[in-house]
Amino acid sequence: MSLNKFKDRNVGVQNYTLIEHEAFPQTGGEKFARVLKRTIKGELFVGLWVTMRTMILALFNGEIHTVKYPFEKLPISPRYRAIHDMLRLLESGHYRCIGCGLCEKICIADCIKMDTKYDENQRKEVTEYTINFGRCIFCGYCAEVCPELAIVHGGRYETASQQRASFSIFDDMLTPIDALKEQKEYPGFGAVSPNADDNIKKTPLAY
Amino acid sequence: MDAIIIETIVKAALVIAVFSALAGFGTFIERKILAFMQRRLGPMHVGPFGILQIAADGIKLFTKEDIIPQHANKFIFMIAPIITAATAFIALAAVPIFPEFTVFGYTIHPIVADINVGILFILGAMASGLYGPLLAGMAQANKWGIIGSARTAILFMSYEVVTGLSLLAPIMLVGSLSLIDFNAAQTGGVGEWLVWQQPVAFILFIIAGFAETNRTPFDILEHEAEIISGYATEYSGMRWGMFFIGEYANMITISFMASLIFFGGFNEWGILPGGLAILLKVSFFFFLMLWVRASWPHIRPDQLMWLCWKVLMPIAILNVLITGLVMML
Repeated sequence: MSLNKFKDRNVGVQNYTLIEHEAFPQTGGEKFARVLKRTIKGELFVGLWVTMRTMILALFNGEIHTVKYPFEKLPISPRYRAIHDMLRLLESGHYRCIGCGLCEKICIADCIKMDTKYDENQRKEVTEYTINFGRCIFCGYCAEVCPELAIVHGGRYETASQQRASFSIFDDMLTPIDALKEQKEYPGFGAVSPNADDNIKKTPLAY
Repeated sequence: MDAIIIETIVKAALVIAVFSALAGFGTFIERKILAFMQRRLGPMHVGPFGILQIAADGIKLFTKEDIIPQHANKFIFMIAPIITAATAFIALAAVPIFPEFTVFGYTIHPIVADINVGILFILGAMASGLYGPLLAGMAQANKWGIIGSARTAILFMSYEVVTGLSLLAPIMLVGSLSLIDFNAAQTGGVGEWLVWQQPVAFILFIIAGFAETNRTPFDILEHEAEIISGYATEYSGMRWGMFFIGEYANMITISFMASLIFFGGFNEWGILPGGLAILLKVSFFFFLMLWVRASWPHIRPDQLMWLCWKVLMPIAILNVLITGLVMML
């Protein structure tokens, strides 16, 4: 759409198509003729057949669109931003978080709180990590910024609880160690795109 | 004499018990069929396939608080649902439900009262049933109720002429007002069904029957999208439930009348015994009402009046005239 057209606020006929319909009957005789025509044309039976066909298909072909929600759930998009997951390294089972603090820094709702210390190997250890889900707006910046793909958005969208601590403790969000085999690499928000290798360019060094 | 009185009381109690249960079951069937026609499942969780949903609804209706609005006319507000429910069951008194059968050497006529003006009685009782919505709407001090009762009056004046005139032609052919005589006139199998002689009367009667039981496309009395709940807006609990038991009992009555007058009644149908035949026919007409509700939009009150007075009534009179001429020649 050109800018000129866009700025034309004189809403009228320019982009509209008028639907053709037959003239409305004016006299009683014309109305009666329309009733006769509609009676004989069998439009009403077309309507009956449509619902009957739907019922037959629903009963014998299983074409029922009801999802019995608490018992069955529809798949959600991998890019859906629900309660966060903390992932582990697949080889060692150690959590991936390196305690860099980027997520805490970028969080625009200011809901991530983390504390770190050096452990005996001079490696950063996360001593405290909580997300205040009363504040979190699920913007996904933390998952986007995480250099280790350690914090991602998971699929837990049923977030009704009596206290937000049920979701926000680090150990709750962390993949259970016995479920490490089931941990999937996250395809969604903040993950490396499938064609990431192609997008890598050499940083120009000389100006 | 005593035996007849006891037999009649037992029959009446049975009719009330069975048909109020059937009316409750009708609501379940309606919800299921409408659900399937809209690709839904309908009630599923109470009992197998949700069949105990009727019991759950019954418990809910019985234990709900019975609210009577402040400015309502209390007496009329309280008796209006009883009129609807009672007249629906009174109408069933003259309907022969099954063929005669013998139990322990005692022949039973499954009809509460075989009066010689059966059709007139049924039509009269069902017509007076519309006093229920009419009085309920006016007594409840609610604008939607007033609109609902005005529409009841419209409906009442529109369909009643068509029902009477459309049934006049078959009555002329059979020469009796008793439904048993109608049944006896069609004993000769499918070829003798009155619908082949009176197809126009049958179509008119079915249209008027839909209006009489205020089913879609003529459910102008309480159409939720337009007038909240019409005459039933202020009702709650069992009083509201009685309106619905009355409506579903009326649907069953209309189905029985259509089967008995036009479709051979409880005569044997091929290899089918009479009792099963009439059950099948009544079930079909009941299903037709649900089917139509799922398929067709409903019409405006003025369209209903136009249809009944300017289209259906002249056709009905022509039908009566032509039937009379053919009978005289």
